[in-house]
Amino acid sequence: MKALAPWLLAATLSLAAPLSEAITLRVANQGDVQSMDPHSLNESLQLSFTGNVYESLVERGKDMGLTPALATKWTQTSPTVWRFDLRPNVKFHDGTPFTADDVVFTFKRAAGEGSDMKGYTNPIKEVRKVGDLAVEIETTAPYPILPDTLTTLGMMSKKWCEENKAERPVDRRKGIENTASFKSNGTGPFRLKERQPSVRTVLVKNFNWWGKSEGNIDEVVFTPIGNDATRVAALLSGEVDVMEPVPLQDVERIKAAGLNVLQGPELRTIFLGMDQKRDELQFSSVKGKNPFKDVRVRRAFYQAIDEETIKSRVMRGAASPTGEMVGAAVRGFQPDMNKRPAYDPDTAKKLLAEAGYPNGFEVGMNCPNDRYVNDAAICQAVAANLARIGVKVNLMTETKVTYFPKILRRDTSFYLLGWTPITVDSHDVLSSIMATPTDKGQGQFNLGAYSNAKVDELTLKVQSETDQKKRNEMIREAFRIHQEDVGHIPLHQQALAWATAKSVQLTQLPNNYMYFKWITQKSSPK
Amino acid sequence: MLAFVLRRLVQAVLVMLTVAFIAFMLFQYVGDPVTNILGQDATPEQRRQLRSDLGLDSPFPVQFARFVGNAVRGEFGLSLRQGRKVSSLIAERLPATLELTLLAAVLALAIGIPMGVYSALKRGTFASQAMMTASLIGVSLPTFLIGILLILVFAVTLKWLPSFGRGEVEAFGPWTTGMTSVDGWRHLILPAITLAVFQLTLIMRLVRSEMLEVLRADYIKFARARGLSDRAVYFRHALKNTLVPVMTITGLQIGGLIAFAIITETVFQWPGMGLLFIQAVQFADIPVMAAYLCLIALIFVIINLVVDLLYFAVDPRLRVERTSLAH
Repeated sequence: MKALAPWLLAATLSLAAPLSEAITLRVANQGDVQSMDPHSLNESLQLSFTGNVYESLVERGKDMGLTPALATKWTQTSPTVWRFDLRPNVKFHDGTPFTADDVVFTFKRAAGEGSDMKGYTNPIKEVRKVGDLAVEIETTAPYPILPDTLTTLGMMSKKWCEENKAERPVDRRKGIENTASFKSNGTGPFRLKERQPSVRTVLVKNFNWWGKSEGNIDEVVFTPIGNDATRVAALLSGEVDVMEPVPLQDVERIKAAGLNVLQGPELRTIFLGMDQKRDELQFSSVKGKNPFKDVRVRRAFYQAIDEETIKSRVMRGAASPTGEMVGAAVRGFQPDMNKRPAYDPDTAKKLLAEAGYPNGFEVGMNCPNDRYVNDAAICQAVAANLARIGVKVNLMTETKVTYFPKILRRDTSFYLLGWTPITVDSHDVLSSIMATPTDKGQGQFNLGAYSNAKVDELTLKVQSETDQKKRNEMIREAFRIHQEDVGHIPLHQQALAWATAKSVQLTQLPNNYMYFKWITQKSSPK
Repeated sequence: MLAFVLRRLVQAVLVMLTVAFIAFMLFQYVGDPVTNILGQDATPEQRRQLRSDLGLDSPFPVQFARFVGNAVRGEFGLSLRQGRKVSSLIAERLPATLELTLLAAVLALAIGIPMGVYSALKRGTFASQAMMTASLIGVSLPTFLIGILLILVFAVTLKWLPSFGRGEVEAFGPWTTGMTSVDGWRHLILPAITLAVFQLTLIMRLVRSEMLEVLRADYIKFARARGLSDRAVYFRHALKNTLVPVMTITGLQIGGLIAFAIITETVFQWPGMGLLFIQAVQFADIPVMAAYLCLIALIFVIINLVVDLLYFAVDPRLRVERTSLAH
């Protein structure tokens, strides 16, 4: 089945690799990588794929811990200044050596017009060259998680970008296309050979890579297959070797066919939020007051939701119920606090009665139907659960394209959202989800405007505290308050599901990144 | 004749403007590309900036006028999703869709007409009954289901044919085709059959009923009375007269084929315009959606125009009536 073009064999064998034949890995994903530019879109598929071609200063290892990549060492020389020593003898795919100039250029590019990576560069004041192979990064304020935020920022060649007029990522507004969108020149273990957007993208091994590859893949053919059934069929018929995501209802079938399914908890936490700001809910039968301002109501909702059943029925087991707003892989996760209050409709009913709603009330709920795994079904289950304590939920499910603008306008009383802390650190969740919304971007996704001054204070402290132990205590305290207040109702971490042919061995990271350098394919008899 | 064509052209322009307006109206409700472009983490300030850069904050009539002006020049801007020119995206995808549609149309005609003729002539035989039953299934089964079933049988179970994509393609200038390689043909078969099934059964049933009608006509009886052979009666006189409505319907159905191609392309991950459109919808990629809808409307309008003109060419009565009115 694996017919290889003879010229490709010739091309890969010409470098005297001790191989009898080139090993091709065929990967299918639900969507396509939008661009080859590592700075154009801050999205996990995009960054995961380009992460095989472009490398960052610091990388995440198989345990999600930080490992040296293009920087061999980093030290904090003062609370706001970090020094990064760069790896010597690294060459871009076009043969240009990698130096401090490229790093300075990359940070400028990522912070400039058209870049979607500004979120990572915002805290940075300046990047200075302090030698051919060393840079200093100065932040505007103490920023202990700086190295964590640099793991997705691919380093580009200054010379190449200038020669190709790609000093900036493509600007969709100006109507001018950009070379970096369809060509690439990184330092990574794979280089781009062919790019046909939405059809196929081919990477080949970079034999001049500085590192030692653990895998044995010579060529990767990436194909987007949007239709779930077709993607499953392509795997079953042996036309692709790896595919993701696996639709939950097909997991058993794929296993039964003798293929591998890898499921692991994702970093993303799915939770419910409630409008705690308005004096009267927009979408409710209760007039003149906002029941969600009463912690007893929020707690009643929490205890009325049967997450175990959601896990087993709606998610077919592919979820880890959680009592915390971050998953286990995130720094600041508190193992002993990961407990949900017992599912108990009777207590919930009592709490509602105490709060003054013995017969419940009506409330509108908003929910996406194509963003998270079985999102609409989760909301339906929640609505059914709440009906048992007399709360009538008017559920409105819709596509993400209309859902997000609506809830970002805060036109909602009760909603479902998922959140992945991109820095793999709790501060991200504290500042985006739990802190009181301000116009400076804080609490931007705290759409129900949960607000507790103590949590705000701790969030600010956590941002600049460098002592990890003290910092963890602060995170713990903030999480405890948030839990006590029932600021949000966490539900679960959904599972990632990848499926592979029997011959493929790979590593799945909780942030859903797929590094081809870690993939091994045993050659199967033809 | 000229007046007729002119009248049709004016109508066509009106139709195009209406489609453009409806399309444009729809987009006001489709969703917010700003959130999609910037992702979840953008600040309100960044959102505002992008909104004004994209011209999304101008008044409605201004946005519409700008849209029509650009559309006339074939300029729909950059795809919000891919950051590439919409016109080049469409140009890239058009060959795939046309190739698939063409093959499906040829299949539908080449199989549908003979089957229709046969089932009309051999009414009541087992074979024609079987054809009628099968055609009923073909008409009623939704396209996506046929596609999935074909994949299940021929790709997953038998492993004879590939389940997705276009395979190897060869480029001739801006045109790409899979018809020059075995691999390309292997990839074409299942999607083309999927797309053709509905049209095929429709044409078959149409030919059959038209044929039955025509066979009852007086001139067929006279033809027989003249002692013409069966062959001459059926194929020279009967079938020829049957084909007039078939031609009209087929012409119109080519538009339908392109519309159905959306589903077939989605199921088979066929990199054509339909897939482009679906992906655009999921992302609220307004420029691509606008371009696609306008292009499809244009194709429909042109086909209608051509079919109207063909009436003139094919049906002498139309011409006669006009001249007799002039007397």
